[in-house]
Amino acid sequence: MSRIPLSALIGLVLTAAFFLTAIFANLLAPYGLNETIGDVWENPFWSAEPSQYLLGTDNIGRDLLSRMIYGCQITIFLATAATIVSFTTGSILGFTAAVVGGWVDQVMSRLVDLFMSLPSLILALVILSVMQVTLPVLIIVIGLLDSTRVYRLARAVAVDIVVMDYVEAARLRGEGTKWIVLREILPNALSPLVAELGLRFIFAVLFISTLSFLGLGVQPPLADWGGMVKENKEGLVYGVSAALVPAIAIAALAISVNLVADWILNRTTSLKGGRGA
Amino acid sequence: MPDILLDVRNLKIGATVYPPGEPPQKIEIVHGVSFTLEKGKVLGLIGESGAGKSTIGLSSMAYGRGGVRITGGEVFVNGRDILKEGAAGLRALRGQEVTYVAQSAAAAFNPAKRIMEQVIETTLMHGLATRAEAEKRAVTLFRKLGLPNPDTFGNRYPHQVSGGQLQRAMTAMALCPEPDLVVFDEPTTALDVTTQIDVLAAIKEAIHATGVAALYITHDLAVVAQVSDEIMVLRHGKTVEYGPVAQIIEAPQEDYTRALVSVHAIAHEEKKPTAEPILKIENVTARYKGTHFDVLKNVSVELHPGQTLAVVGESGSGKSTLARAITGLLPPAKGRITFAGRELSPALKDRRPDDLRELQMIYQMADVAMNPRHTVGTIIGRPLEFYFGLKGEAKRKRVQELLDEIEMGKGFIDRYPAELSGGQKQRVCIARALAAKPRLIICDEVTSALDPLVAAGILRLLLNLQQIEGVAYLFITHDLATVKSIADSIAVMYQGAVQRYGGKTDVLTPPFDDYTDLLLSSVPEMKLGWLEHVLAHRKMESAGN
Repeated sequence: MSRIPLSALIGLVLTAAFFLTAIFANLLAPYGLNETIGDVWENPFWSAEPSQYLLGTDNIGRDLLSRMIYGCQITIFLATAATIVSFTTGSILGFTAAVVGGWVDQVMSRLVDLFMSLPSLILALVILSVMQVTLPVLIIVIGLLDSTRVYRLARAVAVDIVVMDYVEAARLRGEGTKWIVLREILPNALSPLVAELGLRFIFAVLFISTLSFLGLGVQPPLADWGGMVKENKEGLVYGVSAALVPAIAIAALAISVNLVADWILNRTTSLKGGRGA
Repeated sequence: MPDILLDVRNLKIGATVYPPGEPPQKIEIVHGVSFTLEKGKVLGLIGESGAGKSTIGLSSMAYGRGGVRITGGEVFVNGRDILKEGAAGLRALRGQEVTYVAQSAAAAFNPAKRIMEQVIETTLMHGLATRAEAEKRAVTLFRKLGLPNPDTFGNRYPHQVSGGQLQRAMTAMALCPEPDLVVFDEPTTALDVTTQIDVLAAIKEAIHATGVAALYITHDLAVVAQVSDEIMVLRHGKTVEYGPVAQIIEAPQEDYTRALVSVHAIAHEEKKPTAEPILKIENVTARYKGTHFDVLKNVSVELHPGQTLAVVGESGSGKSTLARAITGLLPPAKGRITFAGRELSPALKDRRPDDLRELQMIYQMADVAMNPRHTVGTIIGRPLEFYFGLKGEAKRKRVQELLDEIEMGKGFIDRYPAELSGGQKQRVCIARALAAKPRLIICDEVTSALDPLVAAGILRLLLNLQQIEGVAYLFITHDLATVKSIADSIAVMYQGAVQRYGGKTDVLTPPFDDYTDLLLSSVPEMKLGWLEHVLAHRKMESAGN
């Protein structure tokens, strides 16, 4: 582990910090999520006349730092759950399509093409506007929409592996589809999928933030970063920076996870240590 | 004082390796090799894979492939040390004084351009001739190399000619700039044996007609003996033996050279058919889905328990398809396959567990026949668990027994395939097949990807195992030397049909049909003047023409 490049190291440290914040949010936050403690939009520490609250207060006088910390928890929890959903469904369906082949593959792949031809944001907005928006619904909608991308990748990687002689040998032995998918294909397809995992996580974060900003994501009293940008955006006109804080947090999380994903991608796709090594 | 063209002195070549999980390491792959080549002579470089023969060959163009660097020594071409040349000097050298013929012509030609364009490209680039002159030269070379319709051959695209013709076109490309030296890097290795002989003859003829000097790189001593004046045997980047061709073939000094010369000397007595056949194939006809062409035409053969049936033929003859039909991967359209007294259902999914267990397969490329993420213990252990329900300590013990049986011993059970040599990988595949206690093993070109000495070891192992386990082999190969040393009966296949079939002695005894004669006579023999002898006596042109 001595040869981690600086960019990846920064990414790792920041990502770890975000996740630790999410896990220990209840211990770290000085005030409650919905506790009104001061005036509207009190000044943060970097202004000329700082208030007693580190990041100031939001549009109805709640401590912004506490809300940022709880927001971190919600955002990361949703994104992680959605990524797990998209990965399990996407990769299992993708592998199955590659192994079974024939019309099963055709039907599933064309269906995925159909979903991918529709802009996923608009599709999500339509679905969420007719359903009651709860956390499980959000997770499933985002997870399933994202799983089409994972399906594509998993199938592409698996069709390369399915034609290998060791898969044929397993078939001749009489192994079932489950063994072939889980024991022959999955271990060999793992590295490109893990690299993709980081990218998909970021897309999930952005997707959730976008939905919340549009008002169809996380609903009050819960709050995520996208929703906090929305609540405080009016303040930007008066020179209040409260909306920028969650926006910066989203960008920082995206960049730090990307730095890590980039590093993994580089390691797994380099010519010297390819998939086989 | 003869006219020295190429003088290599104490050549050292290094490379950087990237072991997984460790920092890159610098290693030396060629340790001080020296040789000289006179004008108009041919030097054969021979050795197994990893011997450094291609690397040494390319150093005569001052070129290092991949991460390879020339780290020491001197290479003189026409009296100039080319390792001291700058980029401009090297550009003038390559493609003008020294040219190169690669192993796979199919991969070396640009499929989007006509052959003529590519053959004369270097000549024009170096300004050695006008376009009209270069085309005239190319046509002359096409004629010398025995290509059909030499006047119009160049107008074709690479995919419109056969592999053997393309390899000759590449030789024309190398000879067109009228170089002093041509480096042939395994020019016939990827070709069928019947095509190889024509290309070999054409290359030999062209070398003599143009008076060019050549480095001929190959792993096949019998081939290089036909074209070379001198031979240098290499191993692990060092010279083993270097001398005139007659001395190397007829009176080798070193043990390693002697082993190479006598590599095909495994003797195997033909066994007579004994009991009921274990495998009976009757009138099998098969075609691939969506095509209208039978790849197997009415094939009928039998195999007796504990014996070996060799299926021989060139690529495209349907021999691997026969294996797919037997294993159920390609259900035959017509015909019956009977195995151990029961009729096999055509499709794999309808077969009984015992059918699957007793019929095992070993593949050509051991690399891709094993899951790179499984250890040797898992690879060999899985059939034990799957068929016999062995678990834990009992499984591990049986795996170790199998490893002992394939002469690998302790210390391999927890290794991954990437940590094994080519021969060891193939042995593990054999152990995996044996683990199922099969009655028949289909061996699909199992020795083709291996170096001659390693291949001989595998063949000996297979013969021993046959004695101990009484297993029958269906041995698919294009290599007739292998067939002679292992088979009890032989089926010669040509264009999907069985051309000749019977006991080994019968099949290999004249009179032959024309195709069998061509196939048998095309196998390079380890003696001088074999090529000329064969070309003067054969009855049928190769399929590659």
